[in-house]
Amino acid sequence: MKMKPILEVKNLRTYFYTRRGVVKAVDGVSYELGEGETLGLVGESGCGKSISCFSIIRLVPAPAGVIVGGEILFGGSDLLLKSEEEMDRIRGAEISMILQDPMTSLNPLFTIGDQVAEPLQIHQKLKGEGLREKVREMLNLVRIPSPEVRMKEYPHQMSGGMRQRIVGGMVLACRPKILIADEPTTSLDVTIQAQFLRLLKEIQHTSNLSMIIVTHDFGIVAKACDRVAVMYAGKIVEMAGTVELFDNPEHPYTAALMKSLPKAGMRQNRLYAIEGQPPDLRTLDSGCSFAPRCPRAMEICRKEYPPRVEINDGHTLSCWLRKGEVLND
Amino acid sequence: MSISVQSTAVDGTSRQESGARLWAMVLHARELPLFSIGLLLLFVITGIFGDFISPHDPLRTNLRAVLLPPFWEETGTATYLLGTDHLGRDILSRLICGAGVSIEVGFSVIIVAGLLGTLVALLSGYIGGRIDAALMRLCDIVLSMPYLMVAIVLAAVLGPSKENIIIILIVLGWASYARVLRGEVLRVKEGDFIRLAVIAGASPVRIMFRHIFPNIVNTLIILATLQLGMVIITEASLSFLGLGVPVPEPAWGSMCAEGRGYIYDAWWIAFWPGVAIMLVVLSCNFLGDWLRIRLDPKFRQI
Repeated sequence: MKMKPILEVKNLRTYFYTRRGVVKAVDGVSYELGEGETLGLVGESGCGKSISCFSIIRLVPAPAGVIVGGEILFGGSDLLLKSEEEMDRIRGAEISMILQDPMTSLNPLFTIGDQVAEPLQIHQKLKGEGLREKVREMLNLVRIPSPEVRMKEYPHQMSGGMRQRIVGGMVLACRPKILIADEPTTSLDVTIQAQFLRLLKEIQHTSNLSMIIVTHDFGIVAKACDRVAVMYAGKIVEMAGTVELFDNPEHPYTAALMKSLPKAGMRQNRLYAIEGQPPDLRTLDSGCSFAPRCPRAMEICRKEYPPRVEINDGHTLSCWLRKGEVLND
Repeated sequence: MSISVQSTAVDGTSRQESGARLWAMVLHARELPLFSIGLLLLFVITGIFGDFISPHDPLRTNLRAVLLPPFWEETGTATYLLGTDHLGRDILSRLICGAGVSIEVGFSVIIVAGLLGTLVALLSGYIGGRIDAALMRLCDIVLSMPYLMVAIVLAAVLGPSKENIIIILIVLGWASYARVLRGEVLRVKEGDFIRLAVIAGASPVRIMFRHIFPNIVNTLIILATLQLGMVIITEASLSFLGLGVPVPEPAWGSMCAEGRGYIYDAWWIAFWPGVAIMLVVLSCNFLGDWLRIRLDPKFRQI
């Protein structure tokens, strides 16, 4: 599945300088996002998946968080070199983002109409009836019933699912090329999750949107993503097409994650769990960061970080267990 | 409260019920503090239309009618309802016109100081860093100065006039708004909706004024209401000390000061302006408390 990349992240490194040491939240992450493609970023809490996304739109919590290196190529130029004003023009218009919690994502004092109108006012300078028309159109697109009435209502009058759809309507209002969704369905219940994902996919198909979905839920990956990148301790350990990854999880970490998924009709009482704890991101040594928890760790794993190899078309991983064509990052 | 009112109604003591209800209305009504609003309205109206409704010219002296007591006393007359002062000026008229001074000083100070404080709070809270540190240290300095002492020194340097009093009170007053509102800004800016606004491409200025400001306006209004009373008292204190509005223009503070010397013979000269100050400030505080409760989301009923 080779597509023209719309976004290329190269060797991105985002560190947090805290009083108790440097936290390497994102440490050398590289991936590309094709036009109209959906990339899933999966991993445990604290593995750097959200921070790598906030790095793309340059909203790493300052002053502790600093993007220390790498390139983020979008439309032929590096986003990391742009000024704040240029970023303001890109955010919301070209690259947009959905946050995790729809309950707090909407300004309690804005009507739904004002909320959705915000990016349109900022970027397209729309006013009056033209603006209202566009807002109505967006609310229709995200399936808010009777938008004319809802436009005048406030967030507290909406349910969680509706609010997340309204957030969707807002961030997609200027028809961005890339949508980053940071655990968009985590705080929704399961039926609403499916509904919201379907909606996102539909919008994606009609408007050729590229998406990055951050999640820790393989169910969402299976439903929505074309390609998956598995992150561990600030690095991508394995990346492949969704079907390929589910069929052949090569990295021991991915394999372990898959093994710990509950399956329908499973008769076992206890779920499989990966031994140990995720490493402290302040004290990583030179070896593979998964080595201490890896059941198949070898001598070399503790000494040297494995290079990224391509074992199949588009299936890359960093593990000493597999030999393949070494990629230079 | 309504529960106790109902229980007395069951006992059939309707008189007690209406008494309790009146008391509730006057002091801490949940519905509407009629007492405070009514009194402040009266205060504002007399302040604005003082020249038209005062029965006499507040500056005209009448030496044939000095130190007349209020009308109910034996020697009082209906011409001078609340009596006259040592120069035979009508106290009621001076009281009415003095309200204008208090209004002018009070409102211009809370509006300008409030806006200034809000601006400082937004810059300080949202931008943070060195700007925050610098502005907050400035705030600390202003807040640590003994209010009345500095006001006296400044008034002495600038000379007593209404405009100078306003400037002094603004200079001393913005800091407390800035302090409290900065905390609010810090709380609001952590919200996901601010982050989403940034993601939508809103500039810092837009974030501050369109997204954060409406979220702190409640606090601003409450602060301003409570400050109004405080400003009126300070203005009165300065006028009392002869550093405020220059005589003979009527101001409640200076009227109290003029009455001080006659307090044993003609209590009404100092008494009425004192009562006026107290009632207005009390109303401001009641209204502020009521607003605080009404605007507090914890008490809000949707």
